Amino acid sequence: MTTLILRTASVYLMPLLLLFSVFILLRGHYLPGGGFVGGLIASIALVVYGYANGINQIKSFLRFHPGALIPTGVSLSLISGLLPMFAGKPFMTNLWLDGTYPIIGQPGTALIFDTGVYFVVVGTALTIIFSIAEDNEK
Amino acid sequence: MNDNLILLPIILQLALALVLLFFWSRTKWQRIGSIVGNAAFLLVSIVLFIKVQKEGILYTQAGNWDAPYGITFVADLFSASMLVITALSGLAVSIFAAGSMSRRRSLFVFFPIYHFLLMGISGSFVAGDLFNLYVWFELIIVASFGLITLGGGRRQLEGALKYVTLNLIASILFLTGIAFLYGLTGTLNMAHIAQKIPQIENEGLITVTALMFFIGLGIKTAVFPMYFWLPASYHTPLSAISAIFGGLLTKVGVYALFRVFSLFFLPDSFTATVITAVAALTLIMGAMGALIQKDVRKLFSWLIVCHIGFMIAGLGIYSSVALAGAIFYLFHDIIVKTNLFMISGLVHKLTGTFKLKKLGGLYTQYPKITFLIAIPLFSLVGIPPLSGFWPKLLLIQGGLEVQEYLIIGAIVLGSFVTLATIAKFWLEVIWKEYPGSDYPKHFIPFSELNWTQKAYYTLPIAILALVSLYFAFGVEFVVNIVNQIAYDLMNPEQYIRVILPDQ
Repeated sequence: MTTLILRTASVYLMPLLLLFSVFILLRGHYLPGGGFVGGLIASIALVVYGYANGINQIKSFLRFHPGALIPTGVSLSLISGLLPMFAGKPFMTNLWLDGTYPIIGQPGTALIFDTGVYFVVVGTALTIIFSIAEDNEK
Repeated sequence: MNDNLILLPIILQLALALVLLFFWSRTKWQRIGSIVGNAAFLLVSIVLFIKVQKEGILYTQAGNWDAPYGITFVADLFSASMLVITALSGLAVSIFAAGSMSRRRSLFVFFPIYHFLLMGISGSFVAGDLFNLYVWFELIIVASFGLITLGGGRRQLEGALKYVTLNLIASILFLTGIAFLYGLTGTLNMAHIAQKIPQIENEGLITVTALMFFIGLGIKTAVFPMYFWLPASYHTPLSAISAIFGGLLTKVGVYALFRVFSLFFLPDSFTATVITAVAALTLIMGAMGALIQKDVRKLFSWLIVCHIGFMIAGLGIYSSVALAGAIFYLFHDIIVKTNLFMISGLVHKLTGTFKLKKLGGLYTQYPKITFLIAIPLFSLVGIPPLSGFWPKLLLIQGGLEVQEYLIIGAIVLGSFVTLATIAKFWLEVIWKEYPGSDYPKHFIPFSELNWTQKAYYTLPIAILALVSLYFAFGVEFVVNIVNQIAYDLMNPEQYIRVILPDQ
């Protein structure tokens, strides 16, 4: 799959898709989108780049094993669930900050949760694809 | 009473699993972390238990969405005491695994998966929502699939395949049952379902749904005729892993059966007959299977199947005495079965084999260890006043009250066969002269370990033996608790009123 067209396109596609995945992540909660879909799009971005330029390129781009994203993401989601407990509310109650901000809108603990999901999905998808790709190389 | 304490055991296990995942290559820290974490888990469970005993049923609504729309978590006395028992055997297995798990195997993230498994188990005990219960069951399956294949031997994969296929079929049936129930009542909250079910006119469909639940949960619980996956898979993984499987996994199914069949599927005469018949057949088939086994762990696996029958029998008889007996048996069984599989691991470490034929001479070589393992073995048989005796007494008393002589016969038969198999185990392993077989390759026998490593093997067995002894000599306290639980199960109005106060 190392055609010139794909290789050239992937250089532009990856940042665009990554940006789009963040857009989808932030759009979630009240509108269609959220961490899961965003994470899938982000992993597609990385996989397309990896397909065109070789898996090793992606590895050097990431600098760490994608598996590390899984515990990080779950920890983020857990923390978002724990935060309301300090405010005396039940586990996983959504807390909102007052006011809206540019780009992210009104932030709440749901956003932290969704970001956690985003990381878990990227981590899982890339771990699976990397191990399949490494198996093929052998 | 709205209280976040209920979720603390689950959160603790999740946090523990995550921390251990971050340090997956530091196997020494993993061991310490797992033991310390499970000690904290035990502490939290005991605090929860004391609080529930004082204040009655506790609940929390996840995300602050009220029942019946939100997901409810409930801790009544039954859930709280199951959590304490789980924490006890969880802690023991942590210590045992810290000693017996090789570094290479711990690198396959044993400890994080183990804590995910404990999280699933504690979650299913506090779930107040039927779909939530199903999700915890799935979590248990996924985690146990990871554990059973750990190390990836051919025999392990074979066992895992049988285990997972049948458990997935069970999940599908369970899920279909939930879908039926949702279609009938329009709710998934267990207390709400309990309120709606008496208003439904189509009683035939409710019986069908009830039986679907019984089959789905029955496969997970390993009752007749769906038990064959258990002896086919439980002898393949490492002893620490089969200890937690044998002790807890099937018992989660038993817990769910008790919950479901006391809260909303009140057994009518047809379902009660089916449950009683299945219990009797489980007892008989399990006992027959256990009689002919030649491998220590297969023998114990068949005994698990056999003894599930005791608990299901209590559900079939469905009187408060019988239910109390069955719940007492459930507590006793978790502790003893966990201990039995750890003993099989210890015996393997002592002699290098699981085959009854090649074993022997434990009494002459290790008299102290023989004394130690005698406690759980005799508790299992139920020699008075040890812990297996009291629940069987309650069960038989309950059976006599409603004159179900057939099930009493099965219970007595099951007890005698247990006695016979344990006697056989005793003869072959303890008293027989050691035939002097060779150790397998790269095997470090027990006698060459230093004393801390020896303690990793014997301490957990001693802890659980002490718990068994407490069940025997502190029987008054335990009987009070199980009577209270049985009363709560027979009168679910309290449970419903706490969760849905204004309806």
